[in-house]
Amino acid sequence: MRIDADARQSNGMEIHKGIAVSPGLAIAPAIVLDSEQFRIPRRSIEPEEVGAELARFTQAVERAKEEVRDLRARVARDIGEKLGAIFDVQDVLLTDDRLTEEVHELVEREHYTAEYAVSTVLRGYAKKFLKLPNRYMAERVADVYDVEKRLLRNLIGAKRETLGRLTEPVIVLAHNLTPSQTASLDRSKILAFATDIGGRTSHTAIVARAMGIPAVVGLQTITADASGGDTVVVDGNRGLVIVNPDKDGIRRYREAEQRFHRMEESLRDLRDLPAVTQDGHEMLLWGNIEFPHDVEACLARGASGIGLYRTEFLYLDREEDPSEEDHFQAYAEAIEALDGRPITIRTCDLGADKFTHLSGDYDERNPFLGFRSIRFSLQHIELFKTQLRAILRASALGPTRVMFPLVTNLKELRQAKMILRDVREDLEEEGVPFDERMEVGIMIEVPSAAIMARNFARECDFFSIGTNDLVQYTLAVDRSNTRVADLFTAGHPAVLRLIQEVVKTAHEAGIEVAVCGEMAGEPIYTLLLVGLGVHVLSVSPATLLEVKKVIRSTTLAQARQVVERVFQFDSDREVDAYLSELARRLLPEMFL
Amino acid sequence: MPICEVEITNRQGLHMRPAADFVKIANRFPCRVTVSVADKTANGKSIVDMLELAGEALQGANMRIEAEGRGAKECLEALGELIRRKFNED
Repeated sequence: MRIDADARQSNGMEIHKGIAVSPGLAIAPAIVLDSEQFRIPRRSIEPEEVGAELARFTQAVERAKEEVRDLRARVARDIGEKLGAIFDVQDVLLTDDRLTEEVHELVEREHYTAEYAVSTVLRGYAKKFLKLPNRYMAERVADVYDVEKRLLRNLIGAKRETLGRLTEPVIVLAHNLTPSQTASLDRSKILAFATDIGGRTSHTAIVARAMGIPAVVGLQTITADASGGDTVVVDGNRGLVIVNPDKDGIRRYREAEQRFHRMEESLRDLRDLPAVTQDGHEMLLWGNIEFPHDVEACLARGASGIGLYRTEFLYLDREEDPSEEDHFQAYAEAIEALDGRPITIRTCDLGADKFTHLSGDYDERNPFLGFRSIRFSLQHIELFKTQLRAILRASALGPTRVMFPLVTNLKELRQAKMILRDVREDLEEEGVPFDERMEVGIMIEVPSAAIMARNFARECDFFSIGTNDLVQYTLAVDRSNTRVADLFTAGHPAVLRLIQEVVKTAHEAGIEVAVCGEMAGEPIYTLLLVGLGVHVLSVSPATLLEVKKVIRSTTLAQARQVVERVFQFDSDREVDAYLSELARRLLPEMFL
Repeated sequence: MPICEVEITNRQGLHMRPAADFVKIANRFPCRVTVSVADKTANGKSIVDMLELAGEALQGANMRIEAEGRGAKECLEALGELIRRKFNED
């Protein structure tokens, strides 16, 4: 068994520590999602499983050989015999006696899984071949990796479940969930997520919170440490993932799971109560969504509107761009479900970590500083117009606002508004109904927009502060890089000062200001945001009720004192420690 | 025990593809095939083993092939021919 000593407990179950990003507890069998990297279960097997493991290996070899021979025949026929012969190397490697022997030895003596044995042996060869002085060898080491991949795919293939047809509840383990993977998940069967990489604001975290299921990210090697079918506990409160817990562990976690659900129950009573402080200051509490059907989860937790509809999911996982009708149907579905409550639709925020078949074409060294969001829309005007037409048409169905992401200068806002004007004129000419007073707002998520808020306020109807990107760009931290992820905090005084400035400016200009980033959904920041004078908090449904509970348990006067105190600190550590402590004192049952 | 010695004449010497061809032919015969270059010896039926020789089996090196068992003679002929044909490369 090759598990780090500190990641293991003496009684046999493995405990892995990651970053808790979505609260809750779940116990279920695991399924492991492949990304580009293949999963290699690093676990050991029981001695009585050796025979079965070797049989799996033999089968995988047979199937891989068939694949290679088919490929060879096809290439030889279509391109030429000489190119077909390239596959001879793989064919010969697959049937190599020494390979077979060495894999058998690792399975029999070391009790490695077939996957781990194959990978160990073949990677050993690759390494050795690379060291040879013959430079033609190095070029062909790719064949060794190809054989490895082929065998692993066949080994895992037998156990690899497709997510489309899950029959029982599972916990999803992945290297890093991509937006398109999450888009294709059958959400009703997924109890929790755990990933190798990622941070508090990674896509997995956002989706998990939106679904209201526990998630732990940044576990480094969880996809290698657990296999499909293992019983896994995801503790989204403490950031722990336990693989194959013993009986006692399962019992304790089942109890904890029930406690958590009871706490959820008690919050549910708040659903229909207003988000108002004890001294009568009323806040608007809205939900963030990615799919129209998320509206339901928001309303079930008492959201009075949708403050952020992330529309980029319409673009993902498809060969063609969404048509105007695709957009319209999605918006109409959400608006209908909202039944008169307001919705803010953000135009497509593609690029950086979210790609469509279009934006994926650009190779960038610094995608977060590159061709994304509004920059992408302004250079794909037809795509942009299609979306704007659909948003305008949807605005006839219920209170709708449009919001542009990642605006960094006034020119972008003006251009976007000009395109919107064009689209409106087209619709007018065609006699298509839309809300003529539809409000236009911008995300404040880069320091330049925050600093220039006064100028922006004159040219738009509302601000929504996107704290994830604002933190990333202010502190120069990539939130998905686990080595620096701990530098990423909204509690940094520089971020707080930017937010304070933006809110003040919005008040002076008489426009609404919302916070729709992750910060808005973290109960420890609620008092601070209330005290700063934010009108609207737009949060993922999972934390809506917690945030409401904090609002209802404080006063505006107290919240303002908190702001004063916080602005005396000069480090994020002091800020976060103070706010956590305060929250714990205020609502001990919520922050155990 | 039939033995044959051949000079490696193709420019790139013994690398992945020549080794694959070699092993494929060797495996057509039931006999055992042992290959040595300089002071290294390998199983002629395993590409992984054969590639251990790649560092020495460069152009101009001498390859010594021993075959033992049924079909040894035919096997050596076929292998010798492959090397003399420069592994069908140059």
